[in-house]
Amino acid sequence: MAVSSRPRQALVLATTLALALSAAACSSDDGGDSGSASSGDCAAYDAYTGNDGTTVSIYASIRDAEADLLEESWKKFEDCTGITIKYEGSGEFEAQLPVRVDGGNAPDIAFIPQPGLLKRFADAGKLKEASADTKTMAEGNYAKEWLDYATVGGKFYGAPMGSNVKSFVWYSPKLFAEKGWKVPTTWDEMMQLSDTIAGAGIKPWCAGIESGDATGWPATDWIEDVMLRDAGADVYDQWVEHSIPFNDPKVASAVDRVGKILKDEKYVNGGFGGVKSITTTSFQEAGTPILEDKCAMYRMASFYANQWPEGTKVAEDGDAFAFYLPPVDPAKGKPVLGGGEFTVAFADRPEVQKVQTYLASGEAANSRAKLGNWVSANKKLDIANVENPIDKLAVEILQDQSAVFRFDGSDLMPAAVGAGTFWKGMVDWINGKSTSEVLNQIEGSWPK
Amino acid sequence: MEFEDFAPKLTMLLYGVIGFVVVVGGLLLLLDVVPNYFARRREAALVAASLSSSDAPAGQRVGRRVRKHREGLLGLAFLLPALLLLLIGLVIPAIRTIILSLFNGNSESFVGLDNYGWIFRENDIIRVLLNTAGWVVLVPLLATSVGLLYAVMVDRARFEAIAKSLIFLPMAISFVGAGIIWRFVYAYRGEGDQIGLLNWLWTSVGGEPRQWLNEGPLNTFLLIVVMVWIQAGFAMVILSAAIKAIPSDIVEAARLDGVTPWQMFWRVTLPSIRPALIVVVVTISIGTMKIFDIVRTMTNGNFDTNVVALEMYNQAFRYQQAGQGSALAVFLFILVIPIVIFQIRNLRRQREG
Repeated sequence: MAVSSRPRQALVLATTLALALSAAACSSDDGGDSGSASSGDCAAYDAYTGNDGTTVSIYASIRDAEADLLEESWKKFEDCTGITIKYEGSGEFEAQLPVRVDGGNAPDIAFIPQPGLLKRFADAGKLKEASADTKTMAEGNYAKEWLDYATVGGKFYGAPMGSNVKSFVWYSPKLFAEKGWKVPTTWDEMMQLSDTIAGAGIKPWCAGIESGDATGWPATDWIEDVMLRDAGADVYDQWVEHSIPFNDPKVASAVDRVGKILKDEKYVNGGFGGVKSITTTSFQEAGTPILEDKCAMYRMASFYANQWPEGTKVAEDGDAFAFYLPPVDPAKGKPVLGGGEFTVAFADRPEVQKVQTYLASGEAANSRAKLGNWVSANKKLDIANVENPIDKLAVEILQDQSAVFRFDGSDLMPAAVGAGTFWKGMVDWINGKSTSEVLNQIEGSWPK
Repeated sequence: MEFEDFAPKLTMLLYGVIGFVVVVGGLLLLLDVVPNYFARRREAALVAASLSSSDAPAGQRVGRRVRKHREGLLGLAFLLPALLLLLIGLVIPAIRTIILSLFNGNSESFVGLDNYGWIFRENDIIRVLLNTAGWVVLVPLLATSVGLLYAVMVDRARFEAIAKSLIFLPMAISFVGAGIIWRFVYAYRGEGDQIGLLNWLWTSVGGEPRQWLNEGPLNTFLLIVVMVWIQAGFAMVILSAAIKAIPSDIVEAARLDGVTPWQMFWRVTLPSIRPALIVVVVTISIGTMKIFDIVRTMTNGNFDTNVVALEMYNQAFRYQQAGQGSALAVFLFILVIPIVIFQIRNLRRQREG
């Protein structure tokens, strides 16, 4: 008995302290919130009212600063409708969502960036079909090719939200102007430019595919982008649906075309070393040698704008900017590779459907775009609300009527390939394995 | 950087801390109060029994039987939470995993032992098995030898405490943390100044910078070094304690007989610490078989460095192939069983001897 008296004292002390602290935290919270609810014009949100006091949970992979902006963007919606949105972002989203759903603990709404995963939940009957309101809203605001990715077995499950354009090549406008190089508009021009740059003693290309447990994806984006250009959108669709095998000669031709850049010691990898250094260079770092004129071009999505060191001016007349990855055959149209997340629901309570409809609306897109660093394929998105030059360019491309948009193929394939052997295969390929060996291996791993 | 920006996060943190204090505090309290209550009752019963013992031997026997019965119940009550947790946390998931391993990727159709066949059919998976085998052979061997050597050398040396804490410190670092640290050690720069220690050493003796983590099978060995770095401290502490526990009369007798240090080590020290040595080797072996964090942090299983536990996770959670993932889990479980049996037998023999 005597032994335990001191720990018990400590325990009481700790509990009291904790209680006191929590009380303080609560009071500071209350102070911050009051007063903001009644302000502003709520007319735009009339359609979403009637479920005051309800809560909708959202689960997604968007975290930190980006998540804060997202929450800020729907603050007014919450104030006007009385619906509270409980947002949770996770770095392990793709692995955790199936665990939560299978365990009966699904969120009301999830933002799923992989149509393949969306399809899996739809097939398993876990997703709720989108309401008529949501569908009407989505059809008014998004192109059909986008909505097709969220349609499984004739049922529509949810609208896209944020998007990104992957068909970009980053470069230094300063260096290009200094040397008199022109932004290429065809694939051949780009290859000639590569030779010119190599002749000037600069490595024309930078690349890096290291990305933690997702290592390899930047290389799969390369292949997909070139697949669209080399073989066309129809063959691309057959490829991701597996109606042509992964080791089809058409795929091999696209992979070899990429290999002419990524596997040529003459062309890569400025500032980091030879071809093999691509596998251990992180995609975040890989473009930075452009600022030191150690390499000239880096193919990476629009979101790379956030990766430049602080103080870098990202603009057409700045330190870094991007041009559209040119087509192989301009007659085949303007292929655009991109990605985005879809807002799907695991519940069909009225407030959940209202949030889902709101997220598909022009108000939601513009409200988020105004806060910066965001792109969407939403047709109602006013380009004046998009601040960054690169985001502007991306929105222009997404809203361009002549563009042929296709979703990131590895997100459409079964996870075992799209997030597995395709990534791994690309690492092996850069590391020296032959195209046919890698493609055969990926073909063999396609789930039957 | 306003405080208000962090306020919601700090509040969350606070709730976490409060939750922790309440749960752990509650448990401690429970563990303190409940046994005390029973102890006091037992004392009271004993006192009562001793007071009345002199005049009624028959009654006492009945009382003892009742008390025994009650104590059995008490024991069961104490066992129940543990049994329940074992059932929910271990037995049921194990059975479920075995069942899942007999089904296909989305657990819908029965495929028999096909997933187990897949383990030995796929070249990639065979590579994974070979790598794991390399880990299981090398890590216990190296970690234990380094730990033992160190323990023997610093035993009764000056600054023994400091020397020991130096090698024990890595034990305090998580595997992920160690993985990140060592990734910097192996870091590679194609040109300019090397930021990785190993490449800096390598280039300063005239070598070309190398991508250490990219070259098999050397890269697996370099990952093993990280594990040895962490585990050697554990081996050293246990073995050092065992060495100190060798009765001094044995050591003195050996000295009087005029042993050389070499003979002392092989004939006296080693046989005396054999039980501790086995515990260390077995513990490290089991830990190594399940190795996951270091590989995931440092190479993510690329460049032919994959191991069973990582592949199991990838198959089950990333590739949505529950069947193949579960089969790997069961296979890993089967591999661990012999070691566990050996360990239990050993413990039992020790207790008897």
